[in-house]
Amino acid sequence: MLKGTYRVKTGFAEMFKGGVIMDVTTPEQAEIAETAGAVAVMALERVPADIRKQGGVARMADPKRIKEIMKAVSIPVMAKCRIGHTAEARILEALGVDFIDESEVLTPADPFNHIDKWQFKVPFVCGCRDLGEAARRIAEGAAMIRTKGEAGTGNVVEAVRHMRILNDQIRRLRDMSRAELVSYAKELGAPVEVLEMIQELGRLPVVNFAAGGIATPADAALMRMLGADGVFVGSGIFKSSDPEKRARAIVLATTHYDDPELLAEVSEDLGEPMPGVAIEEIPQEQLMQYR
Amino acid sequence: MKIGVVAVQGDVREHLAALERLGVEPVPVLKPVHLEGVSGLILPGGESTAIWRLLAWSGLVEPIEELHRTGTPFFGTCAGMVLLAKEIVNWHERFFGFIDIAVERNASGRQVDSFEVTLVVRGIGEVPAVFIRAPYIRRAGPGVDILAEYGGNPVMAREGKVLVASFHPELTDDLRVYELFLKMCG
Repeated sequence: MLKGTYRVKTGFAEMFKGGVIMDVTTPEQAEIAETAGAVAVMALERVPADIRKQGGVARMADPKRIKEIMKAVSIPVMAKCRIGHTAEARILEALGVDFIDESEVLTPADPFNHIDKWQFKVPFVCGCRDLGEAARRIAEGAAMIRTKGEAGTGNVVEAVRHMRILNDQIRRLRDMSRAELVSYAKELGAPVEVLEMIQELGRLPVVNFAAGGIATPADAALMRMLGADGVFVGSGIFKSSDPEKRARAIVLATTHYDDPELLAEVSEDLGEPMPGVAIEEIPQEQLMQYR
Repeated sequence: MKIGVVAVQGDVREHLAALERLGVEPVPVLKPVHLEGVSGLILPGGESTAIWRLLAWSGLVEPIEELHRTGTPFFGTCAGMVLLAKEIVNWHERFFGFIDIAVERNASGRQVDSFEVTLVVRGIGEVPAVFIRAPYIRRAGPGVDILAEYGGNPVMAREGKVLVASFHPELTDDLRVYELFLKMCG
């Protein structure tokens, strides 16, 4: 009997496909997410919009908070650790969280390296802005990828940018000869073996969700149209005026993304969405995606 | 032969690919109209609570119940097994209930305890099996055949035209569990 194998990790991520993973900060929010049809919740102390507003160092959530959320719901519970913070990741693994997000939304802990994720039984999801970043994270053992977008903005433009870049680069990779692939690996800073695998499959070898700025059912549907296997919604649900209704609408829109009539129906009368931020208004050093 | 795969959420692509390899026509089911002419229906792995809500909100529960009444065979893996079970011992909702078993959701534990193993399936032999936060069968009615056990827990069963497995044959290359289901579909 083998635990924590790559197949067990990536296989678990396959189960999320077509689904919505929602940020929650309390057991009550977790229950709302479960009732609305979330496939998993992300247990946090502050949603990205608040992290952005309050500033300071954002760290792993209090284990007590995470345990309360794990107790409240039957669906999988994810939690975030800082980039490169192996000790936070070990703590989350010991708590029994089902997935760790090594996330740029928290303040990075290691200026040089990400976590060596092969050393863990628990699977990891990591963010990417392009194919090079995705391939490096996969080489480090990530069992799932998400495009980063710009978290806490309620603005989908960066999520779209990252998904379009990724799609375009995979499309170019498909037609490359071996020699071109090696040179492309150098350009991207990506391992040759991972690019070979992606070339053969014609897609990433792991599930790829969209994240960072998704605030409406239409945003979720757009990301699915661009090829995302599912979506993470951070601040978009519990920073809106009617979280229950919006959560359910986003779940339905993620599944039925190519049914415009249904999208029109679920988008109706959802109350106020979270307030959005124009990316140009954010000082460069406060953008989370470059972490 | 057309075989439907419930496609509202879960590892649908893997089921569709396995069916394609066996030379049958896989049909992703997102709306009632997709159920027309299917000779069998698969409920995939995923989150049972999410799949159930999406089936209800998509108007698929009644058409699927009608399909069962008319004798169409069903196959559920993991979450699919939870959805087909008559009773869930640790959950307040009851789903389709097409097979007389009681299951415990997430009985194999949290994700750190998920595992892969070689399983002996009655009538097939050794099968590679991936268990992910898997449900186990805690009670089975008199008409239910237990086809495999792991660690004393029944993990695969059949009653009439309903087949269920705690594990994910769709995550391995071994197609013999599908062959068993396709035989049931005629």
